[in-house]
Amino acid sequence: MRYSALQILRQGLTGNRGWKPVWREPEPKPHYDIVIVGGGGHGLATAYYLAARHGLTNVAVLEKGWLGSGNVGRNTTIVRSNYLLPGNEPFYELSMKLWEGLEQDLNYNAMVSQRGIINLYHSDGQRDAAARRGNAMILAGADAVLLDREAVRKKCPFLDFDNERFPIMGGLWQPRGGTVRHDAVAWGYARGADRQGVDLIQNCEVTGFDIRSGVCRGVETARGTIGADRVAVCVAGSSGRVMGYAGLRLPIESHVLQAFVSEGLKPAIPGVLTFGAGHFYISQSDKGGLVFGGDIDGYNSYAQRGNLPALEHVCEGGMALMPMIGRARVLRIWGGLVDMSMDGSPFIDRTPIDGLFFNGGWNYGGFKATPASGYCYAHLIATGAPHPVAAEMRLDRFERGAPIDERGAGAQPNLH
Amino acid sequence: MSGPFRLDGGAVDRSRTLAFRFDGRSLTGHPGDTLASALLANGVRLVGRSFKYHRPRGVFTAGSEEPNALVELRSDAHREPNTRATVTELFDGLEAWSQNYRGSLRRDLLAVNDLIAPFLSAGFYYKTFMWPKSFWEKVYEPAIRASAGLGRLSGEADPDSYDKGFLHCDLLIVGAGPAGLAAALAAGRGGARVILADEDFVMGGRLTAETHEVNGRSGADWAAEAVRELASMDRVRLLPRTTVTGAWDHGIYGALERRTDHLAGSNGKPRQILWRIYSRRAILAAGATERPIAFGGNDRPGVMLAGAVRAYANRFAVGAGKRVGLFTNNDDGWRTAADLARKGVSVAAVIDVRDREPAAEVPGARIVTGGRVTATRGRHGLKGVTLANGERLALDCLAVSGGWNPNVHLTCHHGGRPVWREEIAAFAPGDGRPGGMAVAGAAGGAFTTAAALAEGHRAAVEALGGLGLSAAAGEPPGASDEAVEAAPFWHVRESRGRAWLDLQNDVTVKDVEQAHREGFRSVEHLKRYTTLGMATDQGKTANVGALAIMAEQTGRSIAETGTTMFRPPYTPVPIGAFAGRSRGREFQPSRLTPSHDWAARRGAVFVEAGLWLRAQWFPQAGETHWRQSVDREVRQTRGSVGICDVTTLGKIDIQGRDAQEFLNRIYSNGFATLAVGKVRYGLMLREDGMAYDDGTTARLGETHFVMTTTTVNAVLVFRNMEFARQCLWPGLDVHLISATEQWAQFAVAGPNSRALLRKVVDPEHDISNEAFPFMACGEVGVCGGAPGRLFRISFSGELAYEVAVPARYGEALMEALMAAGEEFGAVAYGTEALGVMRVEKGHAAANELNGQTTARMLGMQRMVSKRKDCIGNVLSERPEMNRGDGLELMGFRPVDRSEPLAAGAHFLAPGAEAVTENDEGWMTSVAWSPELGHSIGLGFIRNGHARIGETVRAWDGVRGRDVAVEIVPAHFLDPDGERLRG
Amino acid sequence: MLIDHPLLGPRDEAEFVILGDAGLIDRPDWQAEDAAQLFHDYLHLRDNPAGEHRELWFHEQGDRSWLVVTRNTLTHEIVRVELARDVAIARGRDR
Repeated sequence: MRYSALQILRQGLTGNRGWKPVWREPEPKPHYDIVIVGGGGHGLATAYYLAARHGLTNVAVLEKGWLGSGNVGRNTTIVRSNYLLPGNEPFYELSMKLWEGLEQDLNYNAMVSQRGIINLYHSDGQRDAAARRGNAMILAGADAVLLDREAVRKKCPFLDFDNERFPIMGGLWQPRGGTVRHDAVAWGYARGADRQGVDLIQNCEVTGFDIRSGVCRGVETARGTIGADRVAVCVAGSSGRVMGYAGLRLPIESHVLQAFVSEGLKPAIPGVLTFGAGHFYISQSDKGGLVFGGDIDGYNSYAQRGNLPALEHVCEGGMALMPMIGRARVLRIWGGLVDMSMDGSPFIDRTPIDGLFFNGGWNYGGFKATPASGYCYAHLIATGAPHPVAAEMRLDRFERGAPIDERGAGAQPNLH
Repeated sequence: MSGPFRLDGGAVDRSRTLAFRFDGRSLTGHPGDTLASALLANGVRLVGRSFKYHRPRGVFTAGSEEPNALVELRSDAHREPNTRATVTELFDGLEAWSQNYRGSLRRDLLAVNDLIAPFLSAGFYYKTFMWPKSFWEKVYEPAIRASAGLGRLSGEADPDSYDKGFLHCDLLIVGAGPAGLAAALAAGRGGARVILADEDFVMGGRLTAETHEVNGRSGADWAAEAVRELASMDRVRLLPRTTVTGAWDHGIYGALERRTDHLAGSNGKPRQILWRIYSRRAILAAGATERPIAFGGNDRPGVMLAGAVRAYANRFAVGAGKRVGLFTNNDDGWRTAADLARKGVSVAAVIDVRDREPAAEVPGARIVTGGRVTATRGRHGLKGVTLANGERLALDCLAVSGGWNPNVHLTCHHGGRPVWREEIAAFAPGDGRPGGMAVAGAAGGAFTTAAALAEGHRAAVEALGGLGLSAAAGEPPGASDEAVEAAPFWHVRESRGRAWLDLQNDVTVKDVEQAHREGFRSVEHLKRYTTLGMATDQGKTANVGALAIMAEQTGRSIAETGTTMFRPPYTPVPIGAFAGRSRGREFQPSRLTPSHDWAARRGAVFVEAGLWLRAQWFPQAGETHWRQSVDREVRQTRGSVGICDVTTLGKIDIQGRDAQEFLNRIYSNGFATLAVGKVRYGLMLREDGMAYDDGTTARLGETHFVMTTTTVNAVLVFRNMEFARQCLWPGLDVHLISATEQWAQFAVAGPNSRALLRKVVDPEHDISNEAFPFMACGEVGVCGGAPGRLFRISFSGELAYEVAVPARYGEALMEALMAAGEEFGAVAYGTEALGVMRVEKGHAAANELNGQTTARMLGMQRMVSKRKDCIGNVLSERPEMNRGDGLELMGFRPVDRSEPLAAGAHFLAPGAEAVTENDEGWMTSVAWSPELGHSIGLGFIRNGHARIGETVRAWDGVRGRDVAVEIVPAHFLDPDGERLRG
Repeated sequence: MLIDHPLLGPRDEAEFVILGDAGLIDRPDWQAEDAAQLFHDYLHLRDNPAGEHRELWFHEQGDRSWLVVTRNTLTHEIVRVELARDVAIARGRDR
């Protein structure tokens, strides 16, 4: 069923009784060309692009819970391509370009809202770093504007410019950055994949791999063994667990990242703001909630919940930056299970096991990468060769001495 | 009497009248009122608009679960949006405004949304607004955003302050209803340290709203007496107006106490306190929340929860209407009818969905058993209802009871899932509760007062046992009420109109049916697709009904359908409360150098570095631009002598028989041969082989070393060294102490530095070039016997020293140095001049040592010894880090010397297109060199040393500049270091 | 969270800094033939268990002890806290 204003009119006039299911609920087949493990944003996007760009439709996506139950529905919805390093920036810029055409591509309104993102700076050193980054962005075909203090003030008069600890000197603005309605991304890709014949199978946890003579020939699941010529894992925070079934250790740790939403408020904040000195970022959703977050708690966790120190620290950053939000109330707090890698950058790669592919290590930045991740993963699975913009995202980069370390923090996941 | 709907009795203090304003209208109430009860007493029924359709809304509940009665409380910077009128204590002078409308509350222009509601059903926005593409941000989204949202932030800084507090107890009791009070009495009498917290301003929970008896007296009186007894116990702390909002790990609970919200102003006191409560055990006695029944038009002002109507009558002495009807599926609803009748409120009808004998006698009321309300009427307030049998009744209030849901929320904060219990037709606490938490009373599904009292008592006795305390707890109190019967009933199928589930977000039964139709069948999909339960009330009155309807649709049981997770906070918490005092200047601690006050008196401009505030430059009279000050400081230092406070550099005191060997493993360069009385420059790698810090280490004695680190990395370096000491080489005899703040340290630099120091260092110390050459160090007396340390090291490239004294002498030494330097024209210089001089000398600093660079990139590959074990040695040899064409730190000068340079520019070959593939490196640091008279820069560029003399572009697209620069060696001045050895 | 420090008793997590997997104690021999591989694995690869995890915490706002905390990553329950120095010595680390 194609979505349009006309369709809404037609359905509205007939009591909204004619809407069709967004996806089928198929039984798993005994064998597929490709099985994707993980029905989150990246898995669904991968399935969509396998079908749409490579014509591969004998594909199943296996999801242990409900579609989109992972981090795609548990993030702060920010999209941006303001990365620094050549191993990253072209990839994220491809993602941004895919976001920009996503809705027409999918016939699904994911509310891609390019209201801009500003990373504030508070010192000469931070300004220099912002300039270096802005230049790297422009070189990669992205957009970047270095704002001075007055230009920031014009956009965000409510900031505490004269904060006695960290006065605001300016910001690096990416006008094309913004937010996207997170659940809709999962649903849009799911619907798009399903319409091309991909089987989306919910409540189907993968419990092992069928590996014979170093070749992966399928997966074991809660609903039986499913054969596959190629198996592509993208399970984010569960990467360690799932790849452990194949006997692989990864340069990844699972951590908790908390995020927060306030009660609904009339529009107060334009675009996305990031506080360089205080581990805090914020935007406002279309419904009016302030959506904000900061650093990870720091300890390894699969519990999907954090603790008060990290929560309070984020709110302290918020109050230091914009003390007008003091009387807004935190409505929801949740903890995402994030796959922190050793250099803060992801992997889209083959594994030492033939037929087994891996996509993970998204840290807390996986959402914005969803389209490019699916696009490049599909490219790798379909063609056997990495997509050029993801060519650095290899599992062996630490052995080679080529980490993609945006923060310069070294091999300690909780510092990225 | 304040208002036409005020009744007799209740717990309001009629001796005092409080004036307040709602939407500008002057009204009155009494102490003991909430804003909601006072509004109802005055006959105000329309109080707000719903989120999506902008439907008229009235007070629905009498508690924190309120979805409708949200107001903007207070004015100007104190404005507090989305405040629940039902929990806002009335105070004299209160001002509140309704919210979420355009025009006026009665004539909301956005109510047009309601007329086109058929086209705004669940998820409609995912299916349209896509054409033309550019219209989303420009047209559709701004319109949606303006119509969405609820209240408005003031846009001004929150003028109130918030405190944080820490409490410890044996037993935390959440909720002071019958279960909580019984538990607190038993635990308090048993000698436990108890904290009893309740969100209400009066303790007693439902006892304040009911008429049945406890221990032979009214429940409210018994509760008041219990509170008095608890207040007299030393080890019991009562926290009224305190919501326990979250259960965190290891018995830690977060609680928000509202200290001044019930007053006209905070008067400089903290408005709220965020308590972190460390408990050994906890009892959740949070009660239950009544749920409605969905039927056509059930959202009109005047349709309320039956228990709330009862609370307004019994506690607040307010009749919610003049002609009240009851619509119930359980016996509890009948209590409301009986209590209202007793209070003299006209009860016009009782409609019970069950086909059975009336549960109570209600004089004068039309009794309809097996009945259904199918529709309502009344635009801004209820005027009447229609029953399934076609009967029309005139009512101005319909009290609805669909049963009660235990407040299980805190039991789920660690991932526990509630379980469906058929016999109470509700979700009750399941497994996976936070450790040490017991549940008592209605929160656990025991809905009678008698059971609540007994369970509270028993839970406390068990907790005492678990804590090893004697349980001289006495007998549990008894109560007069008895169990009620309920039949699950969720919505009236006969209704043709929309039947609301989530009143705030406008989610109707039809939306749930549509979600099912479209495949959004898991509970989480339902919630996310329809926005059910996502409003400020967190779905407290909505979720279970919607689940039941989804269960009907799928043909599964409610138990199989499952429920959503509850996460903190239990009720929303102001961001300001989580932040506490950490805002503005207090956001982070400020570390001040020993000469800070001295510098401040000289008008220094300060800059943040590693939480320190450092003097950046010292403007003098007549200097209007920072460059004038900095140039002067550099010229005077290079020409004569300058003094800089370098206390902020990390200082680590290292002692032990193996201290030297330890250092040899921490630094990448050799430290095995450093002589006593000598200083050496050292480079530190991370274990991954990347450079991360540098500094000097001085050997003061056989077993005594003093290390300096960069300001920013001081904490990290110390942490890493302790890791190496305790975890990697525990057998080495070495001990570390951070001495950063114990020693004040000053750089004295410039050709006259020795002459100056000669006047400050006590005369018995020979500091001549021969006796105290470059890289010498030693303990000295200064200013006539003060203990000091002298290091002949130089960051500026001049003849230079660093002199250290215990921090308490720091300011005095600064003054002594400046006084001694007067004859030389000594200047104090700040971090900017320091930076200029280090760029002139090509020294790496934070912009170069940014954690992404190797020793090789920095030109220091010879400082990575391959003949010893040291941190980072092995992995520094990885192939990609040792490519022949890698980045190298070089100097850059503009071909046109008048051009300024900018850090952050990228290097491109002349004529090369500005794309990533052509990127050859970037400029890390720049300065204007007073000595050279032009801008200079440092930067990393591919294969730099082989390209000296080559011209490239410093391309700075983000600032619209593109400057031709020449690659030069990184040392701009005195490349052979003659000055510093002189 | 509360960490029951072996010397100081229960202390709030805010006093500590966490490094990560306690396997970082087992630093390989720099002269081993396959030292490059051993150091790569040591520094970069993780078991990342969903369950009991032995991890290094530093009491930075306290006595500066490194601790080995055995904590369940599914529940956050802490079952054991040891001085890292004792653990290191027990695992054969010396000079």
